Amino acid sequence: MKTDRRHEKEEALARKAAMAALADAPGETLKALWDEAGLPRDAQRLRGPETGLVTVRGRIGGGGAPFNFGEATVTRATVRVEGGSVGHAYALGRDKEKALLSAIADALWQDASRRNDIETKIIAPLQAAQAEADERRRAETAATKVDFFTMVRGED
Amino acid sequence: METEAIEGGFANPVFDAQTMFRAVMDAMARPGTIQPCGELTAPPAPLSPVAAAVALALCDADTPLWLDPALQASPAAKHWLGFHTGAPLAHTPADAHFAIVSDPAELIALENFAQGTQEYPDRSTTLILQVPSLSGGETLHLEGPGIETSFAFAPVSLPRHFVEQWKQNRARFPRGVDVILAAPEGVACLPRTTRIKTKEA
Amino acid sequence: MYVAVKGGDAAISNAHKLLADRRRGDRSVPALRIDQIVEQLALGVDRVMAEGSLYDRELAALAIAQSRGDLIEAVFLVRAYRTTLPRFGYTNAIDTGAMLVERRVSATYKDLPGGQLLGPTFDYTHRLLDPEIAAGSPVDEPEQRDVEEGRMPRVSEILAHEGLIEGDGDMPLDHVTGDLTREPLDFPIERDLRLQALARGDEGFLLALGYSTQRGYGRNHPFVGEIRIGEVELELDVPELPFAVPLGRIRVTECQMVTQFKGSAKVPPQFTRGYGLVFGQSERKAMSMSLCDRALRAREFGEDVVAPAQDEEFVISHSDNVQATGFVEHLKLPHYVDFQAELDLIRRMRAEHDARRTDHVEQQREAAE
Repeated sequence: MKTDRRHEKEEALARKAAMAALADAPGETLKALWDEAGLPRDAQRLRGPETGLVTVRGRIGGGGAPFNFGEATVTRATVRVEGGSVGHAYALGRDKEKALLSAIADALWQDASRRNDIETKIIAPLQAAQAEADERRRAETAATKVDFFTMVRGED
Repeated sequence: METEAIEGGFANPVFDAQTMFRAVMDAMARPGTIQPCGELTAPPAPLSPVAAAVALALCDADTPLWLDPALQASPAAKHWLGFHTGAPLAHTPADAHFAIVSDPAELIALENFAQGTQEYPDRSTTLILQVPSLSGGETLHLEGPGIETSFAFAPVSLPRHFVEQWKQNRARFPRGVDVILAAPEGVACLPRTTRIKTKEA
Repeated sequence: MYVAVKGGDAAISNAHKLLADRRRGDRSVPALRIDQIVEQLALGVDRVMAEGSLYDRELAALAIAQSRGDLIEAVFLVRAYRTTLPRFGYTNAIDTGAMLVERRVSATYKDLPGGQLLGPTFDYTHRLLDPEIAAGSPVDEPEQRDVEEGRMPRVSEILAHEGLIEGDGDMPLDHVTGDLTREPLDFPIERDLRLQALARGDEGFLLALGYSTQRGYGRNHPFVGEIRIGEVELELDVPELPFAVPLGRIRVTECQMVTQFKGSAKVPPQFTRGYGLVFGQSERKAMSMSLCDRALRAREFGEDVVAPAQDEEFVISHSDNVQATGFVEHLKLPHYVDFQAELDLIRRMRAEHDARRTDHVEQQREAAE
């Protein structure tokens, strides 16, 4: 029972990580990977793809009470694929095709026989590209770090 | 269960929502008239297709929704409404922007719902009542804005003491609730401005 | 008499055509693409997102192109567009402590953990116009350096350990976060609503007010505790998923302004704080916002409200440039009837005035005789 729950939790975390990679992906990259992998593009659309808003919240002082800080465009989709599993997608921006493919990816991911396909052909390459881009950005920022030094005046 | 509880939304969200909005608007403008709208949704029971379509057209994340006990008891109906409208459930009827009532005969008194304020009378609950039919019941004679002289209207299975309750609702004007009746043949409305006369009155 | 006036259809339609032509300009010059604006006028795009209160780079860039670079008009376009979209919900609050930092400086601590990271800043540039940019010369790749691992705490956390600075700013537990896009403002308002209004406020207006506090109109002796710019994750709770769904990342600028406070009967002397948070890279706005936030807390600290920047109703009612431009610019629309009425009134008053003067002169003459 306990291991079941732990398994469920791990699975939810892995699914969330996959959804994060899809949400972060540039639409063009996802579409290219999709075509390369030869994955299906059609699915029964249960909702969307549709574009709407989310209200973005910040916190007073960075960590205090929440306040509504502004809004952002979000596109979402929910689909059902062959075999019956239902996939959801949400991502910033207005790319409906990206939302649709992401929802199909999420649905296939939940199908034990397709998960590996999605992980290796879609999620892993996206995550690798994102990690590399982040690493580059960190290294570029690190190069602008101020190294203070003390001026030594006088003798000895 | 998850799959069932999200299928059956609008097939064409934009046009279907417009169709429903138009039907409700016309029904509000001409109280008591029946505006046919077809069955644009296929929700889980006990939610009816027409009431569900009204909810999909009108409710969103900013409109807390109150459900009557029969709907509350159905996880599928709650999940379906949450998925398709994004509406949060209202903690109390007084917090609700909309209420869906699957069993009007058992409905709590209208005065329990949000009545709006003198400054913002629009902040009241709009009730969506699922009724089996909009004709064949006891005849009510409607008067008021949108009705030239008098209009005969005979929906089936209204809340208990409805005529008396409606009189009280009228007395609260400009505050008060509005009612949308959802039946298989379409929608009909009773805005708060409408007066009801029973035959003997 | 009232005369209804109609007309101008052809003039309006031709004016719009002319606008489209002037917007395009000389056809021998290549048309700007939206991605060029996103990439190369990024801070203008950020400003339109911040004041339009809508995070979407492509939309903001389109608005800038459509408005011929008139940023307030672009903000107006973005605000108009957002009203057409359904709202899916409120995100979980962003965690600026977990930011992928692209710039981070503090004026209060030289050696704070994580260090001072200048990032892509205009600071320390010589403000000399660069002909290389006009010539379209190629640009070098930036330098890279090994990244030191480790957390980069917000500077407020460091001072908080000594108890010398106030906390992050809590609201009562039963407080419902205000949203000015839903409910009309009703003064006085709470700090959460003020911050929402300031975050979408006009940069120039807030800059001037922030500046006024430094010049003595509501002085509170500020230091930049920290400015950080970078990307944060957005997550949204949705009923269909058992976890908060990740939406992607947005870039924000955060400013922690630390200010003196002499203390009161209840509170010992300590540092207080003003907070600024803005979409995109915009530290001028974030700093101005934090100065205004602190000034507007005057009531809370029992300070005398003596300066414009401390007057909540004044600041918040006038900070929105879409509202302001609407009311100022409506003056150019036809007011023919109003003006006729005023003209009649002035004529009548003038006639009465003249009549009184003639009377007066005659009386004087009679008296003299």
